[in-house]
Amino acid sequence: MGFLDRFLNKPSWGVHPDDHKRPGADVPLRVLPTPERVYMPLSQHVGGAARPIVLVGQKVLKGQLIAEAQGNISAPIHASVSGTVTAIGDVTAPHPSGLPFKAITIDSDGLDRWVANPLADPFSVAPEEVARRAALGGVVGLGGATFPSAVKFALGKRLKVSTLIVNGGECEPYLSSDDRIMRDFADQVVDGARLVMYAIGASEALVGIEDNKPEAIAAMRKAAEPYPEVKIRPVPARYPMGSDKQLIQTLTGKEVPSDARAAEVGVLVHNVSTCAAVHKAVRLGQPLVERIVTINGGAIANPGNVFVPLGTMIGEVLAFVGLKEAPSRLILGGPMMGTPLLHDRIPIVKGASGILAFNAAEAMVPEAGPCIRCGSCTKACPMGLLPLEMAARIKVGDLEGAEAYALQDCISCGCCAYVCPSHIPLVQYFSHAKGELTAAERTKLRTEATKRLAEAKAARIERENREKAEAAARRKAERDAAKAATAAPPVTTEKQGVSA
Amino acid sequence: MSQSYGMTVAAPHTTTSNNPGRIMTLVMLALAPATFYGFWLYGWPAFFLWAITVASAMLGEAFCLRWQNRSAAPVLQDGSAILTGWLLAVSLPPWAPWWIGVFGGLFATMLGKQAFGGLGQNLFNPAMVARVALLISFPVQMTAWVAPLPMFSAGAPGMLDGLLIVLKGMPQSLDAVTSATTLGFGKTELSRGIDLLESLPHAPALSFIGNRPGSLGETAAWLILAGGVATMFLRIITWHIPLAMLAGIAIPAAILHAVDPARYLDMGAHLLSGGAMLGAFFIATDYVTSPNSPRGQLIFGFGCGALTYVIRTWAGYPEGVAFAVLLMNSLTPIIDTYFKPRIYGRDRKGKPLQTAN
Repeated sequence: MGFLDRFLNKPSWGVHPDDHKRPGADVPLRVLPTPERVYMPLSQHVGGAARPIVLVGQKVLKGQLIAEAQGNISAPIHASVSGTVTAIGDVTAPHPSGLPFKAITIDSDGLDRWVANPLADPFSVAPEEVARRAALGGVVGLGGATFPSAVKFALGKRLKVSTLIVNGGECEPYLSSDDRIMRDFADQVVDGARLVMYAIGASEALVGIEDNKPEAIAAMRKAAEPYPEVKIRPVPARYPMGSDKQLIQTLTGKEVPSDARAAEVGVLVHNVSTCAAVHKAVRLGQPLVERIVTINGGAIANPGNVFVPLGTMIGEVLAFVGLKEAPSRLILGGPMMGTPLLHDRIPIVKGASGILAFNAAEAMVPEAGPCIRCGSCTKACPMGLLPLEMAARIKVGDLEGAEAYALQDCISCGCCAYVCPSHIPLVQYFSHAKGELTAAERTKLRTEATKRLAEAKAARIERENREKAEAAARRKAERDAAKAATAAPPVTTEKQGVSA
Repeated sequence: MSQSYGMTVAAPHTTTSNNPGRIMTLVMLALAPATFYGFWLYGWPAFFLWAITVASAMLGEAFCLRWQNRSAAPVLQDGSAILTGWLLAVSLPPWAPWWIGVFGGLFATMLGKQAFGGLGQNLFNPAMVARVALLISFPVQMTAWVAPLPMFSAGAPGMLDGLLIVLKGMPQSLDAVTSATTLGFGKTELSRGIDLLESLPHAPALSFIGNRPGSLGETAAWLILAGGVATMFLRIITWHIPLAMLAGIAIPAAILHAVDPARYLDMGAHLLSGGAMLGAFFIATDYVTSPNSPRGQLIFGFGCGALTYVIRTWAGYPEGVAFAVLLMNSLTPIIDTYFKPRIYGRDRKGKPLQTAN
């Protein structure tokens, strides 16, 4: 494969699943009518949950800050509709566990009155101000990682990143929200990319777009025409092209060391939708309160992309596009890495690039068989790992053995499990092992901390006892001395002074 | 609206339509032309021996599964037992008696595979384990070669006679058809002090087409090559093991033949003889018993080839593919340990790459 692929100038890693992007990707963007009620989760990003700053009953405008960032890595939350705060309570999190998390409920007044704070020429202010406005706008990585963007800007600026990579890969099958944003809002994406470049001090931006999106490539080329520093670079359609490390390698030939971040090799990756969000937050002063969500899958009557206020219940969006049949599986994100959802009473969050409703055929899980050591997984792994060896060790509980095969370098892209002819749920094995190892590490740290504290306490008690004993001895000596001084004639004072 | 979806399953939520059954079927299809050529070349006995061997391999597998209180049908459907039996059958002398096929087929799947824990668990190639067991246990039957006697040609046994040959042994009247292979003939003559320059003109001619005495399905080099290349294009195997194995045979053969043509057979004879082609494309490439990384596969393949050459040239047996493959199978775990693919962001030793700044 490697030889043949090099000959055909294609990456030797990854898989090429049937992309199912069309016809959904070609349907014009639909706008969801303002929902009656939205649920704004406080934790829609990596890092600390935001802290609510509104009270129940308070009137809010669309785009108004309702929860502020808390801690170094965090992002604020804004109202996605204008209306009244009716509750601050629990909703189901978009997580396979189906556990609840905190959200602010807002009843819409149906008017969508904005509070916005535009900035006419962001290039006239300091780069730090651009980053600050993006942070205030609650912009996080919209490709799915939801890492607060401004934190990444600061990192890029500190490490003197020269190249911004704009990720328009969108390699996940079924999804087309990034495709749609590039087709319909190419100007916003390009302007956002230039703002990010300005904020981090990069000299060029490489926009990587998979070659299965010719319309997006054409639209982006047109939008980027006046700016030679923004270069549109079609890349081969190959999953996981949209993964940071693989896109960096494809576009620049650089490899990110396993213990380093992309910025350390002089590049920073931002998703196209994130760039558009930066444009809105910085130039228009509109915080991140809406996004394009792909609704696709066999159970959907009219698949396509919908412009949705954050916090809208997934069920409402599904009802808007229409269901052909009751879905057999509901997924947040793409089919390769997406999160299965327990039900549809879950709000749309910042990182929700798509909602897939699979029919019975799509949701069918083939029975897992024994590993035949065919090596398909090792050929597919974009990280060059040996999934079959790791799985064999995890299966017998040898997690350290799996770790020795660089389990922690696994990006959970799902290529191995996808190509496995025996349908072994490899990613599940790896997630399990990573979780166990992390838990074990945490326990170890906790035990060490406890031990350290216990030792410190023992040392302190010992020291205190010693000091107490010394003090007692001293006092006793002083008492004795005083007694002796009063009892004995003054001539003996010298002698006592020496002995004390 | 609201709906509950019960148990959640881990990503990815989509998977390939590939499965072990498809892989095994495609390998069998690739192997079919050479096998059918063998049926035609050696007539009905060859067909019956093949059928008996395949059936025995399946029976052995089914028996072991039932013994473990598992249902046999779904496992048999993956086709691996059929393929094991098939690979064993094509490496047998075409007119071998029925019990060779039965013993070999049962041995292959029961002791060669199920004893290790079934599909994917065996250290050694089951077909070759069985072939070597047969060769050591029944050296006479396992080296009784017949000259080509194509089906429907004059003097060839009919369907019923063919069945009788397999069941009752070779009738005296047909004894004349027994022959020797080039490798065996050359070795025997060398041991009698007759060098190759003298003996070879009397040896049975080798042929790329496959018209020579030999095992059931290993003589038609061109059909094996075509099947092997087809599996490469279907991305079932890669070029590494076959090419390395053929190189492992060809390179020492070419050098030593150039040094002393009276003592060492030429490269062509080595490549077209015995199980070299079949071994390179269908035996050594067995997933379960070969290494995973491309570099490991090159080492494994070259080792199979070089050991084959060594056994053929200096050891007691005229043919060595089965032994060579088994020996290299035992090294597979070691090769896999030492020759891993380079991990993204790490050097070959597994240390993180250094950054410039």
